Amino acid sequence: MTATTYAEYGGRYVPETLIPALDELERGWKAATEDPAFRSELDSLGEHYVGRPSPLYETVRFAPSDRRIVLKREDLNHTGAHKINNALGQILLAARLGKRRIVAETGAGQHGVATATVCARFGLECVVYMGAEDIRRQHPNVERMRLLGAEVRAVEFGTKTLKEATSEAIRDWIANVETTYYLIGSCVGPAPYPSIVRELQAVIGREARAQMLVAYDRLPDAVVACVGGGSNAIGLFAGFLDDAEVRLVGVEAAGAASLGTGRAAVLHGARSSVLADEDGQVLDAHSISAGLDYPGVGPEHAALRDSGRAEYVTATDDEALAAFHRLAETEGILPALEPAHALARALDLDAELVLVGLSGRGDKDLAEVLEH
Amino acid sequence: MAGRATVELAAAAEAGGADLIEVGFPFSDPLADGPVIRRAAEQALAEGMRTVECLQCLRDVHERVSVPLVPMTYSSLLEAYGWERFGDDARQAGASSLIVADLPVDVHPELPRVQLVAPTSTDERIALAAAETDGWLYLVTVAGTTGARMELSPALAPLVERTRALTDMPLYAGFGISSPEQAALAAELADGVVVGSAALLAADDGPRALEGFVAQLRAALA
Repeated sequence: MTATTYAEYGGRYVPETLIPALDELERGWKAATEDPAFRSELDSLGEHYVGRPSPLYETVRFAPSDRRIVLKREDLNHTGAHKINNALGQILLAARLGKRRIVAETGAGQHGVATATVCARFGLECVVYMGAEDIRRQHPNVERMRLLGAEVRAVEFGTKTLKEATSEAIRDWIANVETTYYLIGSCVGPAPYPSIVRELQAVIGREARAQMLVAYDRLPDAVVACVGGGSNAIGLFAGFLDDAEVRLVGVEAAGAASLGTGRAAVLHGARSSVLADEDGQVLDAHSISAGLDYPGVGPEHAALRDSGRAEYVTATDDEALAAFHRLAETEGILPALEPAHALARALDLDAELVLVGLSGRGDKDLAEVLEH
Repeated sequence: MAGRATVELAAAAEAGGADLIEVGFPFSDPLADGPVIRRAAEQALAEGMRTVECLQCLRDVHERVSVPLVPMTYSSLLEAYGWERFGDDARQAGASSLIVADLPVDVHPELPRVQLVAPTSTDERIALAAAETDGWLYLVTVAGTTGARMELSPALAPLVERTRALTDMPLYAGFGISSPEQAALAAELADGVVVGSAALLAADDGPRALEGFVAQLRAALA
């Protein structure tokens, strides 16, 4: 296979119809990354539209007395999460490829909002697939997408969550492949998507590493990020992969631990570690956080787990909720429920200086939190 | 789709004049399938049809009918069962070949199977698929998922023309073909037609309804 694989993970397990489009995407991405104009437009939009670099903030009252916890504030980005980094980069790529129609999937709604936002900015048609269950629990984001001019299509079958929304977005892409760009939201899917998303999110880790050196004159002992599909984690980890002394810790939802309890299977076009039964049938994930409620994970995370470079642990719904409340009450910051999982583990990790990816803000989760 | 009724339905399809029968091995997340086949897969999974049960179903069908049988499934089942073992056991159970809907020709090339080509395929990929395929080529008539369409896809004629220029393999056209009229039109171009979703809908009304539907298709191709 010519396409990128991560150890034995990744690849392209898709209907033949999509292969030429993936080849086109791979060529287009390579040309874009070699074009200084692409890089400078992305950097300029990152600075003026998104608000990069996002700050580092050291918690004052959240951290236990025996450690320091530093947050990488992706929640302060325009649209409220790290998802915009990827959406902006891919929309520039879509424009280069001459595509006028964008399809995307969304779980928590953050990627849908980011996609709707960049489509509005660039004047492109936008269709977002979202599970009916997620539409219920992330309603403010549905309204935001509609206000931004996107069409939100409810996915009513299966688990009615991100897994089905992703399948449906891919089916739309198969049917409209000549005119449509599929703007995937995480480092999953067929090659080259996982590497495109990783490169676009790597800005988080690049910035964070430089900021740590300026502020602390040292690297953190551990870098902690939540993992659903894994894009904010892979972006943050990317900055520290070569620093062997820095522990990389991914935190999955206990009921959606694709890396912790999954097995090798094929989902959404890639071989990875998946919550699946012994016959390769994909199982339902369960998490209070719609963004982590996904039975698959990016192939690079599976490779990092196998190589031992990163470790993957879990946090329960209750632990994430407790961390959510604690950050709100001690620091005046409402985190999204997804990074609340990372915050929960940062509290009990055996490390003195801990960097946590605060991947998004919690406004979207208020109803869900108040319900519990 | 493999399930409790499959043996009777396969016998009915053969009696109606089918030359070849695809037996679906259900997968939880079938990217290439539209609503009808997806619903059938969900139902089969709910009935407990996993790989071992599907292979037994294939064996039972093979004892009953004499036309070639081709399981159609997805990569995740083979990944879990073992790629080579799946191919071997399917053949032992009576399969004449395999179709794996999400396995492009350049992945696991060691596994003999019917290759699919699509209107978006380049000539280079069509040639590769023709060189690797097992007996015949599956021409996907539309960019899209399985399921009935109102009209025969205009993409089929140019796809047949391009493919004929590259290979002498028999070409069977599928995806979106639902009526005897569409089948007749497709058969003027290709060497055979594959009907999936429409056959499943007919099978909802039992073996006799399926036999009648297949007989209509057969008559349209005569």
